Amino acid sequence: MKIKGKAWKFEDDIDTDAIIPARYLNTIDPKILAAHCMEDADPSFAGSVKPGDIIVAGKNFGCGSSREHAPIAIKGAGVGCVIAQSFARIFYRNSFNMGLPILECPAAAASIQSGDELEIDLDTGVIVNHSRHQEYRAHPVPPFMQELLKVGGLMAYVGERLRQEGAQ
Amino acid sequence: MTSMTISEKILAKHADQPSVQPDDLVEVRIDFALGNDITAPLAIDAFRRSGAKHVFDPERIALIPDHFAPNKDIASATQIKALREFAREQQLPHFYEVGRMGIEHALLPELGLVLPGDVVIGADSHTCTYGALGAFATGVGSTDLAAAMITGKIWFKVPPSIKFVFYGKRRPWFGGKDLILYAIGQIGVDGAHYAAMEFTGQVIDSLPMADRFTISNMAIEAGAKAGIIAPDEITAEYVKDRAKRPYEFYQSDRDAAYSSIYEWDVSNLEPMVALPHSPENVRPVTELPEIPIDQVVVGSCTNGRLEDLRQAAAVLKGKKVAPHVRCIIIPATQRIYRQAMREGLFEIFLEAEAAVSTPTCGPCLGGHMGILAAGERAVATTNRNFIGRMGHVESEVYLSNPAVAAASAILGRIAHPDEVR
Repeated sequence: MKIKGKAWKFEDDIDTDAIIPARYLNTIDPKILAAHCMEDADPSFAGSVKPGDIIVAGKNFGCGSSREHAPIAIKGAGVGCVIAQSFARIFYRNSFNMGLPILECPAAAASIQSGDELEIDLDTGVIVNHSRHQEYRAHPVPPFMQELLKVGGLMAYVGERLRQEGAQ
Repeated sequence: MTSMTISEKILAKHADQPSVQPDDLVEVRIDFALGNDITAPLAIDAFRRSGAKHVFDPERIALIPDHFAPNKDIASATQIKALREFAREQQLPHFYEVGRMGIEHALLPELGLVLPGDVVIGADSHTCTYGALGAFATGVGSTDLAAAMITGKIWFKVPPSIKFVFYGKRRPWFGGKDLILYAIGQIGVDGAHYAAMEFTGQVIDSLPMADRFTISNMAIEAGAKAGIIAPDEITAEYVKDRAKRPYEFYQSDRDAAYSSIYEWDVSNLEPMVALPHSPENVRPVTELPEIPIDQVVVGSCTNGRLEDLRQAAAVLKGKKVAPHVRCIIIPATQRIYRQAMREGLFEIFLEAEAAVSTPTCGPCLGGHMGILAAGERAVATTNRNFIGRMGHVESEVYLSNPAVAAASAILGRIAHPDEVR
């Protein structure tokens, strides 16, 4: 799967309150959540982000709360992928469960600047920066996570197991 | 036998394996799972979409509306209604609403629903609080909760363990909150990324459960998967009259492997304050310049226990909150509320012109019951001081222990409790 879009650069330790502030958590509607995505880090983001655009951040992206509203808001805003130097644990797990592609790539996180035109091949983990004529290779997705993505996320995985048990 | 840490032993046992080691991928049985009014609606939605009909065990799931409860607006009321209906449909006995409820991470240990040796998952990042009981407890997202509610299982990558040894003699007013703030200040907000923090040493051994819960509660603020304390006599005393099912005490082996070990002498440490906008931005309160404040919050899953309220009361007794400061005190559960009332703590708070609230997470996450305007500054006994956490993006939150918060309320600036005469 390939993703093409413009980079939106953020700093280290972007927390889930910055991704989707708690004042909007009285809903689970992805459209409403998307309208406030990244609001406390960059109020212009939700209004200007285009489908396929890519969030690029420093270390520990998604730290803080366990709210799944964070990957839902990002995905709902049309973001194609998040690249970071590293991800906080719960956010990492939630993103796979939600089907939001994320890549750990310190070299890309360091070099890419806001506005760069990027192209990502999710199968190989290769990130091409057309604006800077650079190429980066992301950490490979762990095999178990790949399997989760392949079946369509965690609930599909569980649903499949329920069907198998029902058939026995 | 392979040597293991307490976390590894608990995970091995729940995976029905003789041993596990860091980076192993294991599927484990869970003893308990929980969700709140923010995270459970998504989990219920995923549960319904999966086609599942029943939860794996109604006795082992708690749904606790605490974040925006009592219902802060119509949207919140609608979310909480969804929890109530699901609890009724699935006949979940552990659904606790206003009048019976408490902040989840104070309530579940109090009721004996989470116990030593358990694997507990919660769709709330501060689920790591139960590590203080010697349980492996960790926060997950709503979809993980949904899957666990159906199967009674969850997959984990076994985390490496980091050992923290606290020794020396604590100074007055230096407690669990100060220990964990100090640790986060030393290692940073991703200093324990993906790891299990294990808190040990003579200082931990002497701490009451309330302080231990505070320490484990904030392990997530260092990026940890769990924050665990080996159970001892103090743990045993806490759980013996609460537990309604069997539980098990685990200890780390002497030669268990740790990815790193930190040893700190606390003898000369003063109470700590985390400055905006990160829990790692920690300074001793004695080294701060004059910082005027507008609001104080004593409460939350971090510091809303009876011992915390007693500390605040000890400082506030016979004093008045500074004229331009709002001081909001939030007992974490109904039981704590009643006991604080019986002990006369409310009399002290009300005499000091502080407000006492029904249990809620409320202001900690900028929900309700004490939101900050632009330019306002709060001292809070809560766990996060991110940008906009308690309200406007241009407001500020300083994290402290309850005694520092109370002293700050009286003096109208961030203060050491000894400054109150």
